[in-house]
Amino acid sequence: MGKIELTAVRKSFGEVDVIPGIDLVIENGEFVVFVGPSGCGKSTLLRLIAGLEDTTSGTIAIDGRDATALPPARRGLAMVFQSYALYPHMTVRKNIAFPLKMAGLPEAEQAVRVERAAKVLNLTAYLDRRPGQLSGGQRQRVAIGRAIVREPAAFLFDEPLSNLDAALRVGMRQEITELHQSLKTTMIYVTHDQVEAMTMADKIVVLNAGRIEQVGSPLELYNRPKNTFVAAFIGSPKMNLIDGAEAARHGAHTIGIRPEHIDIGSGPWSGTVILSEHLGSDTFIKVNAGALGTLTLRGGGEVAAGPGETITFGPQVPKLHRFGPDGLAL
Amino acid sequence: MARALAPRRKLIITLAAWSVALVIFFPVLWMLLTSFKTEASAVASPPQLFTADWTFENYTEVWARSDYPRFFWNSVVIAVGSTLLGLAIAIPAAWAMAFVPGPRTKDLLMWMLSTKMMPAVAVMIPLYLLFQQMGLIDTRTGLVIALMLMNLPIIIWMLYTYFKEIPAEILEAARMDGAGMWSEIAYVLTPMALPGIASTMLLNIILAWNEAFWTIVLTTTNAAPLSAFIASFSAPQGLFYAKLSAASAMAIMPILILGWFSQKQLVRGLTFGAVK
Amino acid sequence: MATQSNRLAARVMVAPSVILLLIWMVVPLAMTLYYSFRFYRLISPERTGWVGFTNYLWFLNSPDFWLSLFNTLALVGGVLLITVVLGVLIALLIDQPVRGQGVLRILVIAPFFVMPPVAASIWENLFMHPQNGLFAAAARGLGAEPILFLEQYPLLSIIGIVSWIWLPFATLILLTALQSLSSEQLEAAEMDGAGPFARFRHVILPHLTRAITVVILIQTIFLLAIFGEIFTTTQGGPGSASTTLPYMIFKQAIVAKDIGRAAAGGIIAVILANIVAYFLMRGIGRHLDK
Repeated sequence: MGKIELTAVRKSFGEVDVIPGIDLVIENGEFVVFVGPSGCGKSTLLRLIAGLEDTTSGTIAIDGRDATALPPARRGLAMVFQSYALYPHMTVRKNIAFPLKMAGLPEAEQAVRVERAAKVLNLTAYLDRRPGQLSGGQRQRVAIGRAIVREPAAFLFDEPLSNLDAALRVGMRQEITELHQSLKTTMIYVTHDQVEAMTMADKIVVLNAGRIEQVGSPLELYNRPKNTFVAAFIGSPKMNLIDGAEAARHGAHTIGIRPEHIDIGSGPWSGTVILSEHLGSDTFIKVNAGALGTLTLRGGGEVAAGPGETITFGPQVPKLHRFGPDGLAL
Repeated sequence: MARALAPRRKLIITLAAWSVALVIFFPVLWMLLTSFKTEASAVASPPQLFTADWTFENYTEVWARSDYPRFFWNSVVIAVGSTLLGLAIAIPAAWAMAFVPGPRTKDLLMWMLSTKMMPAVAVMIPLYLLFQQMGLIDTRTGLVIALMLMNLPIIIWMLYTYFKEIPAEILEAARMDGAGMWSEIAYVLTPMALPGIASTMLLNIILAWNEAFWTIVLTTTNAAPLSAFIASFSAPQGLFYAKLSAASAMAIMPILILGWFSQKQLVRGLTFGAVK
Repeated sequence: MATQSNRLAARVMVAPSVILLLIWMVVPLAMTLYYSFRFYRLISPERTGWVGFTNYLWFLNSPDFWLSLFNTLALVGGVLLITVVLGVLIALLIDQPVRGQGVLRILVIAPFFVMPPVAASIWENLFMHPQNGLFAAAARGLGAEPILFLEQYPLLSIIGIVSWIWLPFATLILLTALQSLSSEQLEAAEMDGAGPFARFRHVILPHLTRAITVVILIQTIFLLAIFGEIFTTTQGGPGSASTTLPYMIFKQAIVAKDIGRAAAGGIIAVILANIVAYFLMRGIGRHLDK
């Protein structure tokens, strides 16, 4: 259970085709991340799967059953919203019990499941508080708890960590990953943060303007991006893309090399340092390399290079990516 | 806009503000004071602010009239009745327009508000004749219906603005949790919208209680509420100044008290949200 | 949220309101239009039919009509002027950090919650009455003759009463808007060297423009329909001196029992309301950016 198939799914709002057509298979138990820039349609896609929006055409099948016309309540899915969407007038206990109440479960059974979910999420001490009295992280957990008790076929997460501060985000990210490992339920996770995508996903779906650019495991997308969009989107800092004569010399319209795959100190290229960022663990150097454009270099540890200095560097040739004039990988 | 003022300026401004407020309030105050005087001292010349002979008898005598309690009760029934009826019709409509908006929802809302702007005299005759045919003239039922319809646009509008303040995601979460439409309205929407619904109720009771057109046109004696009574008997038989003041005081007291609590609702409801 | 199943339910839920408002407004309006072209007097049993524009012409030819038109516009204009100007001043005054601001607000707001018949009755009997009213007592105290307000100055008296009732509304709206003005803006103006009058003209007044616009729009809608106050005090008299257009139509319907004429008057009132609304929206509608 938890296999979701999208066939020729299209969504338009009036004249605008937000999603022109998507085919996608999500296997049971996978942790799939939809990632892409703002407005790429990832949240819309999630909401289509959830049933909160109707498809304009195409089918959505859940565990082999056609769910396209089913309302959200009957699809057997659970969703964690960006703003958590907790019921402010209910206690944590009542919030978590709500889906069970809607399903008509007897009160005794409701209590059992609520206690179980609360234990898994460390919420037992807060069961009688109201959402207004909880911190952001605790509210997150209540939202997840409300989703867990339904024992759904799949969990849907809509940018759940966006509202948390950086430190909390790292912790919650790991908790969600651990949750997936223990529950083994399908999870579909939407984010604009490619770090979250890379660290959490079994499979990443990169979306751009409603189209799938590439589907693959994190390392596949990192090592073998199919086009310049995916190449530039995955990896932080972004891959350096170089046009012109240098690219032609390698037999391509555009070549790409990641900052971490450039050796500093020796090599065929050179440029003037614009600025350098020292993190202690790494140094990021922004270089004006003339005809090659502005490049970002990453040096391990501390690299002494101040603004205005000239440095030489060169790409690790096996890690060079080549793209044609249409942006596709060669 | 509160900044500390120099002490002397503060004194002058305080005196000015209080003087203005008291001047504005004075007619109400004068009426209240008169209601506790005897008829003789009420028309004493020169008029005195306070008298030696305070009395409650004006109130008891007005209330003991065979018709005053009935008028008072009519006001209560009509104000509360039209409000509850209006809410019953308006809550689903406002829900639909707030959460399932279509391309024409805004236009529909504007049209509804525009019906409130139509002069009542333009529809007075057909409605009077219609009510007459249906036997609704001079009945509380008829007035409840008329006032409900008169204020329906405002009720819908106010509820709409309150519903729009509820985050849509919470209702979507309820949908995902398996709530059908009625469960969603009962368990999530209404509890969250309760303050807004209460505010709308408050404002509408005030508007209906004070209404002085349909309550006059559509009633004669039986169903007349206080507004019609005071209007028709203002230069009244048997009610001289002190008793008139007592009758008036009792007529306005409930709304004066409710009004003190509903200033915010008044601004929101009657400016159609244009001023915050 | 706007899925198909929801959409159908939504339409069903809005339907009763729409139907009721149609019945309340559109249908009667159509009927009024119909009656306006017919001869229809309750006292004459024979209700003969079509008379074309006769009813309308009666109005246009009646000096009382033009007087009522003038009275209507004078009432609306007069009350607007008084309430907006005084409203701004009083709002400014109450907005200051004075002691007991809460109670001040309650006192100033009170008249609006007094039902129009009672308000009118208070003014008519307790203040303007030539024998027992306070104004008369004041006049006598000064050795003058008491003014017969409702007889000699009926329209002005009504304007006064209605202004007293609506002043709190204007004040409340303007006060609410004032309190949303950040003190920082005023402090910046002060740092730039602006004195109190300059601050009022260049910072406060522009900020209030939108609220004033709203006050004018809303009050106009309600003021065009003023009825209870007139009914309680002058009944439109003496003669037609304080008869507004709505009151004139009321008299035609209830007193003269001439349905045809009253209907024509009703249509004229609708046209008038639309004209006023048009000019209002053109003139000040641009201040509303909704």
